[in-house]
This record gives sequence, structure tokens and C-alpha cells, in this order.
Amino acid sequence: MIDILLFAFLMLTALGILRLRDLFAAAMLSSLFSLLAASLFMVMDAVDVAFTEAAVGAGISTILMLATLAITKRQEKARKRQLRPGPALLVLACGAMLIYGTLDMPHFGTADAPVHTYLAPRYLEVSPIEVGPPNIVTSVLASYRGYDTFGETTVVFAAAVGVLLLLGGRRRFRDAGWDITMGVDLREVQEIVARRQEGLKLPEGDP
Amino acid sequence: METIVSNFLGLYNYWAVVVLMMMGLYVLTAERNLVKKVIGLNIFQMSVIMFYISMAKIKDGTAPIIVDGARDTVYSNPLPHVLMLTAIVVGIGTTALALALVVRIHEEFGTIEEDEIQEQEGRG
Amino acid sequence: MKHNEILRVSGKSLIPFIMMFGLYVQFHGDYGPGGGFQAGVIFAAGVVLYTLIFGLRRARRVFSPRTMEAWICAGVLLYGSVGLLSMLKGGAFLDYNVLAHDPVHGQHWGILWVELGVGITVTAVMITLFFLFAGRGLRGPSRLDHED
Repeated sequence: MIDILLFAFLMLTALGILRLRDLFAAAMLSSLFSLLAASLFMVMDAVDVAFTEAAVGAGISTILMLATLAITKRQEKARKRQLRPGPALLVLACGAMLIYGTLDMPHFGTADAPVHTYLAPRYLEVSPIEVGPPNIVTSVLASYRGYDTFGETTVVFAAAVGVLLLLGGRRRFRDAGWDITMGVDLREVQEIVARRQEGLKLPEGDP
Repeated sequence: METIVSNFLGLYNYWAVVVLMMMGLYVLTAERNLVKKVIGLNIFQMSVIMFYISMAKIKDGTAPIIVDGARDTVYSNPLPHVLMLTAIVVGIGTTALALALVVRIHEEFGTIEEDEIQEQEGRG
Repeated sequence: MKHNEILRVSGKSLIPFIMMFGLYVQFHGDYGPGGGFQAGVIFAAGVVLYTLIFGLRRARRVFSPRTMEAWICAGVLLYGSVGLLSMLKGGAFLDYNVLAHDPVHGQHWGILWVELGVGITVTAVMITLFFLFAGRGLRGPSRLDHED
């Protein structure tokens, strides 16, 4: 029951993200989306996933998004809001196919679904004797699937290297772009100079 | 009619996941703002994770943490949990990389709107 | 947060608790929900709070970016060397059974070190990412740098 409610809230949040033009608000809503998703994972017994999602999705991911907005722009460009036919068709087609695909799936919560018959029972039975920790997720993550987690750690490492390469260096500026040394936008300066030459009075509050 | 009702009762959360996924896909493809696109990607990724976690759930089951002395406890499937846990952490990696690209694009073009960037590209 | 005394004082007193909680999640992951990934993110959240309160420059002095880069590598290397150690002891890569005399004991050690490696890498990566994004936004004197 509670999961239906959570799904409804998730959809409302996604709709809000779709409609909002204020990117700051959209980023906050995406944080809310993560928190709702974490609650949903909690309801579905995935405590570790819920924990990770609450820390990563609602925490760090939002912080990074807000930092990006602080550097770039807070507001989306105002343009007429209309349904774009191409993406809408794509979404409808994909959605219909996926719904058709789910019709063959075992119903939600069935204990003898194919997913539950092969590996999971073995983990649940043998892991406490073979590996030890009562938390099966930890023992599968670190021991049975140690290779996997090693790869995952390397992916995180690679992501950090990628961002370091993109943002770690000195800021360059192309023709009339951003200037790091003066801390001003050169285009604004040029504009002001141009306006001065035209003999116009500067509006107040301009740099 | 009966099959529709029983299908709905058994599959509603997969359908909800599909709807969320398609909302994410729509944001990803239709929005022209790059930060919005990243948010759409996040929604899409979250719904994939929800799909896996839905499959892992067993009715009347509990979290896969073994309690000593408890008999006949049904535990939900831990394997999708493990896979999705790492997927979330990889997701933050891709998000960070995407946002870094957005920042660099903004430094180069002075805008984060797709159509404005294409305009500038066409001119230059 | 310079002008907001209440937020500053209460935020400051929260930091040690956040970090302790991070360590708890790291080392209690065997028994409850948690583990290296979560602990790393929580620990990094403490550092993010520190940065918001004391400014980026001071935070960079405490958690210097060079050191963080070294920690990123150290975590992955720690993980890998646990695998190599198990190979040296005659097992397969990341086969913890051979790490101690008793297989279950070996598994325990293996998981502890491996999770520690994950935790170190994730902490350092998250701190680095935040510093990079926050530092990129600095143009001239920044609000994040009010303290000094």
C-alpha cells in the first residue's frame, strides 16, 4: 500500500522536474526524488541500497548539481513549453514495449520467481557458515563478488580522474569568454565600452 | 477483465517503474537544457534500480540480514541489492562527469542550452 | 554561512558526529546495513559541511587536494593488494580463505581490508569532486572564502 503512495509521489516529483524552469528548484526536486526512492527501497527490504541512495542521491549528487548551477546558470532559457513530437513518440513506443514485456513477468513478490531460485538461496544458506557476516549484502559484495566490487571501485577512481582532467587544470578562456585573472566576463566589459562609445548613459548597478 | 485486474495487482509497480523511466527518457531527449538532461538521466537510472529492487522483493520477506535463532524467516533476494548498490555509486560517478562536462561547455560557449550551442557551432 | 551564527555553531558541533557515524557505518557494515561505499559518502558529507562553514581555502588546507589524490589511489591499491596477498599465500585473486589459518577468519580479514579500501577511495573521490566543483566557481573573492 505504502509503495503505491511512494510511487505516486515519485511521479509527481518527476512531473515537477519536467515542468519547472527554475533549475535550482529542479535540483532540489531531484534530491527529493532520491529521498523518496530511498524510502521505496526501504519498503522493499533493500536497506543497504536505501542507505546508499539517501547518502549519494540526496546528498552528494545534489551538492554537485548545486555547485554546477552556481558556476553556470540558475534559470533555464525561457521558451515556449510544448510537447515535442519526436521524443514523445519515442517515449510512448518504448513505454508500450516495456509494458508489453512486463506482462510475462512473475507477479510482484512471488517467492518462486526465477530470480530467487538459483543463486540467492545458496548465498542465504551457506554465507553465514562460509563467510561469516550476518549481512548477506556485505558478504556478497565484498567476498563472493569481490572482483565486481574491485571493478566498481576502479570506476569511481576513473570518474575522479576524468573530472580532475576536465576541471582540475587552469581555466582557459576562448576569444571573449571568461577571464580568470580579472574575475569578470570580458564580454560584459566589451559591451560597456561599446555603450560608452555610443554615448549612452550606463544603467545603475552595472559593473 | 479479470486478467487485467490480476495483472494490475501483480504488476503495478513494474508499470509505475516504466512510467517513471519514460518520464526520465522524455526529460533526457526533449529538454534542451543540459543540467535538466543530467537530472533526466538520474531519473532514468533510479527507475532501472527500482526495477531490480522490485524483482528482489519477496512477499512477507525481510531484509537479508541473518538473525541468529530465527527460523522460517523469508529473506528478500540479496543479489540485486548488491548489484544496484554498486550501480548507484557508479551513477554518482557518471553524474559528476556529466556535470563537469556541463561546466566546461559553459566555459567554452557561455551557455548550457543545447540549441544555443548548436547555433554557435554553426556560426563558427 | 558567515552571518548565520546559529547555523555555524550548530553545524560545527555536528561535524564530529557525522564523521563518527561514518566510521561506525564503515566498520559495522558486517552486521547491519552499511559498508565502504556508504561510509565514504557520509564521511565526505562531513567534509562538505566543514567547507560550507569554514570556507574552501581552509578546508583545502586541512584536506589538501594532493593528499586526497594520493588517498584515491591508496584505496584502490589497498583493495588490489589484498587480492595479491591472497595470491601470494597460494589462493586465487581475492580468495580470502587463505589469509588466515581459519577460512572464516580469513574472510573476515579480507572483507575488513577490502571495505576499508573502498571507503578510503570513495571518501577521497567525493571530497575531490566537491573541491573541484566548488573551486571552479570561484571568481575573485568568493563567499566560500570569507574566513581568511
